Amino acid sequence: MSNVFILADFAGDKATKTTAELATVAARIGAVTAVVMADAGKGAALAATVNQGPITNVLVVESADFTKHGVPAIADALANLVKGKSPAALLIASHAFGKEVAARVAVLTESGIITDAVDVAADITATQLVFGGSTTVHSKVSKGTPIITVRPNSIEADLTSASPAVENASAEISDAARLSAISSSQPPVKGGRPELTEANIVVSGGRGTNGDFAAVESFADSLGAAVGASRAATDAGWYPHSHQVGQTGKTVSPQLYVACGISGAIQHRAGMQTSKTIVVVNKDPEAPLFDIADFGVIGDLFNVLPQATTGISAKKS
Amino acid sequence: MKIAVCVKQVPDSWAEKKMVNGLLDRENVDAVLNDLDEYAVEEALRIAEAHGGNEEGGANTVTVISMGPERATEAVRKALSMGANGAILITDSALAGADALATSALLAKVISDGGYDIVICGTESTDARMSVVPAMISARLGWGQLTFASKVTVDPAGKVSITRVTEAGVDEISAAFPCVISVVEKINEPRYPSFKGIMAAKKKTIEQKDLAAVGVSSQSAWSQVNDATPRPARAAGIKVTDEGSGGEALVNYLAEKKLI
Repeated sequence: MSNVFILADFAGDKATKTTAELATVAARIGAVTAVVMADAGKGAALAATVNQGPITNVLVVESADFTKHGVPAIADALANLVKGKSPAALLIASHAFGKEVAARVAVLTESGIITDAVDVAADITATQLVFGGSTTVHSKVSKGTPIITVRPNSIEADLTSASPAVENASAEISDAARLSAISSSQPPVKGGRPELTEANIVVSGGRGTNGDFAAVESFADSLGAAVGASRAATDAGWYPHSHQVGQTGKTVSPQLYVACGISGAIQHRAGMQTSKTIVVVNKDPEAPLFDIADFGVIGDLFNVLPQATTGISAKKS
Repeated sequence: MKIAVCVKQVPDSWAEKKMVNGLLDRENVDAVLNDLDEYAVEEALRIAEAHGGNEEGGANTVTVISMGPERATEAVRKALSMGANGAILITDSALAGADALATSALLAKVISDGGYDIVICGTESTDARMSVVPAMISARLGWGQLTFASKVTVDPAGKVSITRVTEAGVDEISAAFPCVISVVEKINEPRYPSFKGIMAAKKKTIEQKDLAAVGVSSQSAWSQVNDATPRPARAAGIKVTDEGSGGEALVNYLAEKKLI
């Protein structure tokens, strides 16, 4: 049986659910080896958290360069492992870090790359949803080791506990991968609300808020939801750019997406139309977003949202 | 300083896009300068302006580098009208369907030949959305990688420091010249081209280079699309008008669907 590599994904010092998701798809292709890239002396502790999903082996690579130089150093070491062990494929989480590691490994190993896959079949055909989820694409890498980044939250993870065999490998890092130096690193600031791209529920506000997000935020909090915003709202300076959902912002695919005062230009739809359930609140009955809404309320968000917030709080108490 | 900015012409992000024969149909949509590249052009101009400007014969130059069909001159012209000094457009019919790996190889060759100190890119294009080209250029050139920057500080003596912002947190990173930078949307507010800028841009040179002129042989894409199918449109569901109980109706719907 062939061997497949995944790059284990961590948040702080713990493997994430994404690691199990990667293992779940990788196991269709072959026996799964999770590669753990760790700071010097931290490998064993990190590897011990890689304990969910169909993982046969864990390969630990330690180097202080990973912390000092980040993506280029990790990509160098990973590329050298891929060259040495020739896995059938390499799967990596599709976030900024994962895509950049994948990009450099592709260059260094002269391999094709596919990003943002939502599924990967046993024959290493990747499924992507492109153009804001309006088109499904199936594609395959035709040169080198297929390198595929898989979007978190798109695979139902096999979370059975794993007790993989742990091995160590040495880190081979070139001087060119040590050119950028990281002087400090801060973990993401965890506000009271979930991260936009990971949230099960997202409540977004647009032009219809007129800059007042209080009703949107209260409603989001009653649902335990993340808060998003349309480009019109972020461009107006009403809400931070980091919360923008759309073609030029984040792509979200939650269980429930509630759009408040957002008309729904393609720019916005591209970032949210793969959401499982879409609810729209808008004063304008002609708002195009109503066309893709599972449930729409024609009304003023400043009346509808507070009433809904009260209703949800009442149900919860 | 010699600053290069990589830009791409993309279908207008407000337009519907579709696939034809496994490739994005670029013919029948409005094409614009990739929104996210405007931040890169703006940052390049600000860096030049902060260190003596980029007027003719000045201390700095800002060169726009792009790859695309001949029509991409329109997007390049926009970057020139914002204030860049000149441009290079890699254009060759053999490049239709080029993937990120081929694109990065060509851009890297042109950058390497141009002797730039820093290269600035947007974080991604709004059509392919891969976010991989800046890292690929850095890997190909063996230059420092300073990507996802929300703040860039340049010491003209030869050092760049950035604040990198991703979902993994915030890092302070620095590297010596030459290096590759990518900038995120919140870094600045791109200027609108002035009338004077638009007029001046018409006189600026866009040097067109085919594969032979770049000195790289054609490379086919290293991944192939098997099929591309439009997904069925979502049908509109229930629509109610708020006559005083719209919020309650919404709560009832969510409860019925077991979403709360």
